[in-house]
Amino acid sequence: MRTLIRVIRAGLASFKRNFLLSSATSAILVLSLSVALGVVLFSVVVEGVVTELESKVDVSVYFAQETPESQISEVRRSIERFPEVVDVEYTSRSEALAEFRSRHSGNDVIISALDELEENPLEARLAIRAVDANAYEAIAGFIEGRFGGIVSKVNYRENSAIIERVFAVTSGIRVGGIILGIVLFVITGMVAYNTIRLAIFSLRDEIAVMRLVGASNWYIRGPFVVAGIVNGVIGSALTFGLLYAVVRGVSGPVQQFVPGVDLLAYYQANWVSLLGLIAGLGILTTVFSSAFAIRRYLRI
Amino acid sequence: MVIFDHVTKRYGKRAKENVAVEDVTFSVTKGEFVSLVGKSGAGKSTLLKILIGEEKPTEGRVLFLETDVGKLRAGDLPWHRRRIGTIFQDFQLLEHRTVGENVAFAMEVVGKPTREIKDVVPQALKLVGLEERANRFPREISGGEKQRVAIARALVHNPDLIIADEPTGNLDPVTAWDIIRLLARINNIAGTAVVLATHDKDIVNALKKRVVVMENGKLIRDDKTGRYTL
Repeated sequence: MRTLIRVIRAGLASFKRNFLLSSATSAILVLSLSVALGVVLFSVVVEGVVTELESKVDVSVYFAQETPESQISEVRRSIERFPEVVDVEYTSRSEALAEFRSRHSGNDVIISALDELEENPLEARLAIRAVDANAYEAIAGFIEGRFGGIVSKVNYRENSAIIERVFAVTSGIRVGGIILGIVLFVITGMVAYNTIRLAIFSLRDEIAVMRLVGASNWYIRGPFVVAGIVNGVIGSALTFGLLYAVVRGVSGPVQQFVPGVDLLAYYQANWVSLLGLIAGLGILTTVFSSAFAIRRYLRI
Repeated sequence: MVIFDHVTKRYGKRAKENVAVEDVTFSVTKGEFVSLVGKSGAGKSTLLKILIGEEKPTEGRVLFLETDVGKLRAGDLPWHRRRIGTIFQDFQLLEHRTVGENVAFAMEVVGKPTREIKDVVPQALKLVGLEERANRFPREISGGEKQRVAIARALVHNPDLIIADEPTGNLDPVTAWDIIRLLARINNIAGTAVVLATHDKDIVNALKKRVVVMENGKLIRDDKTGRYTL
């Protein structure tokens, strides 16, 4: 306990003695941790966007005009047997026409063109919603294969392209963020490593005397590890505050853009795990680079 | 207490010519005062480094109080070194700490309680005649006084053995004699064994204690109350 206090005191002294360099370590740590936290928050937004998109996506199956309702009901029953299917909504030809008219009630050209026709040009349809985007492919394939004769069109293909594009773009950004994060963490590690090398250099006499009088290895290492922890704590605290300010600023606009996503609420609800994440990452980075630097340069 | 048993130390891989110590065998008993003499490069310092575990012997073994020093793990070395007080030619004091703090530092790093440190440090300083100098910094005291601080620091762990590697190398003859007399007194009063590596002929001859003579890494003479002759 006594020794621990002495080690901590020596660590704080070493942090102060190399204050400029320690600040550089903390600053670069803030940068890396901001990217890490940024990736997490970005994922939250992406999750929101995808959920939003997926809830809007469904597969509509259009039936040939002369298909009797009994046959459509049969198709509906067989679709509802899929466990992935959340609900199936039937719109008859006349309902579709009424819907169409009300949607275009302001547009005289369309309405008068419609009136010109003797027959209802619209087709009956089933709108299918499934638990996730992947299920649509299977459902669409099943319908096309089994009821190809009476089905005039399955419009899943068009939506799927949009979903895939959203996924591609967001996962690209996510991978980019993770790579950037890793690169920054490596740089942080190297800066921390050099800080400690210089600290060792400035303390080389003291270390020689420590060895001479029989200080244990951990007593010699301890102060550097403590200085590493101090760096990690300062870096993660700064990052946490900085990102909180950023989230406060962007939360409103993001919510307007993606109604389901409230970043500020997310930050406030998950602050313990977010802070834990960056503090853990920050302390691990600095402590590991400290331990490595000492291993290499003390050879005790 | 200390046994060098056919100790050989070579540096480099295929270097027969890089032999620092070759087949050295002798022992030091409890409370003994041994002068280890020889020219620079004779292998004195290498032997002492092997004894405190800073170097490992290429062949042979060194026993200290029945411990085979060459086989100690890195984690056990600190405990080994606490049983040996070491004094060097260049004093190895911390310049930004006072005399008292330098001595206390040796106790701090091994986790001694603050009260014990406050008790023991003045005693050690008194023993080497520096109780008045406790609050001075090393740059404010003379070379002889610096070496006394180093001796006080070596004594605080109550070691069984003191190793002094050319402790008078940087001192004028009169001051050098003070230091040697201090070591002899500690040896007499506390019964602490002393191994003194030196190439100072006058000191060795005046001491009239055991002399182990080394030349080119080999032990060439071991006299009970010897003189330094080559």
